[in-house]
Amino acid sequence: MDMATFAQVLDSTLRLATPLLFACLAGLISERAGIFDIGLEGKMLAAAFLAAAIAYVSGNVWLGVLAGIAISVFMSLIHGVASITFRGNQLISGVAINFLAAGITVVIAQNWFRQGGRTPSLTGDARMAPIDLPFADALADVPVIGPIYGIFSGHAPLVYLAFLCVPATWFLLFRTRFGLRLRAVGENPAAVDTAGISVIGMRYGAVAICGVLCGLAGAYLSTGLSAGFVKDMSAGRGYIALAAMIFAKWRPWHAMGAVLLFGLLEAVANRFQSIEVMGLALPIQVMQALPYILTVVILAGFVGRAIPPRAGGSPYVKEH
Amino acid sequence: MNKRIPHWADVTLVPLVSVLLAFAISAVLIWAIGESPWEAVKLMVDGAFGSSYGWGYTLFYATNFMFTGLAVAVAFQARLFNIGGEGQAAIGGLGVALVCLYIPWPHWTLALLGASVGAALFGALWAFIPGYLQARRGSHIVITTIMFNFIAASFLNYMLVSFLRPQGSQDPSSPRFPDAAALPKLHEILGLFGIPFSKVPPVNISLLIAVALCFAVWWMLWRTRLGYQIRAFGASEPAAQYAGISPARITIVVMLISGGLAGMMALNNVMGEQERLVLNAVEGAGFIGIAVALMGRNHPFGVFLAAILFGFLYQGGAELALWTGIPRELIVVIQALVILFTGALDNMVRVPIAKLFSLRRAG
Repeated sequence: MDMATFAQVLDSTLRLATPLLFACLAGLISERAGIFDIGLEGKMLAAAFLAAAIAYVSGNVWLGVLAGIAISVFMSLIHGVASITFRGNQLISGVAINFLAAGITVVIAQNWFRQGGRTPSLTGDARMAPIDLPFADALADVPVIGPIYGIFSGHAPLVYLAFLCVPATWFLLFRTRFGLRLRAVGENPAAVDTAGISVIGMRYGAVAICGVLCGLAGAYLSTGLSAGFVKDMSAGRGYIALAAMIFAKWRPWHAMGAVLLFGLLEAVANRFQSIEVMGLALPIQVMQALPYILTVVILAGFVGRAIPPRAGGSPYVKEH
Repeated sequence: MNKRIPHWADVTLVPLVSVLLAFAISAVLIWAIGESPWEAVKLMVDGAFGSSYGWGYTLFYATNFMFTGLAVAVAFQARLFNIGGEGQAAIGGLGVALVCLYIPWPHWTLALLGASVGAALFGALWAFIPGYLQARRGSHIVITTIMFNFIAASFLNYMLVSFLRPQGSQDPSSPRFPDAAALPKLHEILGLFGIPFSKVPPVNISLLIAVALCFAVWWMLWRTRLGYQIRAFGASEPAAQYAGISPARITIVVMLISGGLAGMMALNNVMGEQERLVLNAVEGAGFIGIAVALMGRNHPFGVFLAAILFGFLYQGGAELALWTGIPRELIVVIQALVILFTGALDNMVRVPIAKLFSLRRAG
């Protein structure tokens, strides 16, 4: 592999990791508060559609992003009502949200644009423009530093935002009172309740943040990574994000490492038909399945055990 | 606090109200995209039940959903959520293809027997790993079965492209199965009794197998020791353990049965319809099993009825897409709403109904 190809692969790794990172942090915050969320995929898909649709109609990508966030938060609230207020099964609710998004995006896209369930291609201001980091042009010809700097420069704003969300999430969870309470709600809600803090309120808060982040993931997918929405465009990324979250054992910095690894796998799978590792030709399907296989291995506890927040998945019932 | 609902209302009224809510919201959606819900219902009923052609497709889809619905329902009885029906059915298809392609069957009856074993075995094997990991290593079965759906898709892709695809073919699919492995269609079976039936739909003898399995699963759950253990385990794990039931053993056995049932769906779609293995043959039927099991209250008879309902929705939805501007994905929306109301928002429906009953008792 020559230097230029290498740089290209890393460049696309960053871009492919971005939606994963948003969604992974979204799931992380939700699950830290004790709400399992396998509906990341659906929220991302719904946000991708509405972001592209509104960006196309208004010609302004940022209005699109806001619309994407709004629909994703709305779907998060459905999940919240089902799993917090009505104490329903969080996993079933997540499955329902995934299907709801898969169906309704195509029905509405067909109704609005009549292009077989897609939005028209986005151009100009309806698409997210890349930001060139300062001195990117000047440094481009400098050996070694130039290409490396080039990998980090020239991405859409949401790429940088996603990576800024990593320290922000860490700070929120581990250095603020809100974060302490949020984690406590996921481990021992009864104790939080005894302290006079609303478990329901904390959980709704976490679910709403999760919605915002999934909205950003989806909006980036359709306006940054691609130029428009197509049917099922999230293509399992919500589940890969879930896998990354488990892989990272619900920790923000590790989550960044996990999504970069999974992003790299996807970038390599996109670029090459098969890849040789130590004289062994790995078929492309192995690269595609690797995130899932790794997650199963981690879950099985063969390489360090992944233990979810203790109260995860169970609704909180106040004692009488 | 714990308001009781009479058993009959629990198994009929609660799911019925949930489904009506799902249909009502779907009707609003149809109206919102400028179509008439009433016309849509008429088209769907006519398309699904108005002719033996429609019936044939309805029953074909229903057959798929009986297999996957039973798979999810059996797991739910042990309080295990098997989302992996999609992958298990896909791998079951691989089992069917290998059995049909590499064993020279003299007659379809033997081929059917062999394919059933292959499908069930492969499906069960695919469910065994998540089951084992849950039982012995405590890995969450929901997450592992989701991951196994994706691994199944990649694995099947690899097998088709690298091994099963005939030389020189661009299409990632296996060769056609030999004629001796072709299953009799429903019109041939009904023809024996002189009943005319459309020759077009792919509904075949697997329908009878699915119905027989509904009965067999009921028998297993309510008339055998294993079934009792499964239900006891589902009702209370500590109590079951105290009664000497091994949680690990039940978890693994239930997942084997569940995966086997999902795998057997391949008899219908791979052996009965396509007569070869193609990519993505399952087309979401594994996931519809979740909706079917929830609606059918995890009871085989309920699964049977819910599978027919979803068969109707599928066939009716196809007709709808053909004649109106409503795409097929509307069915996915209805499916999602059914899962939401019967599964996640169960309490929202149940609590008001329970209140009504307690009012009646008091008054």
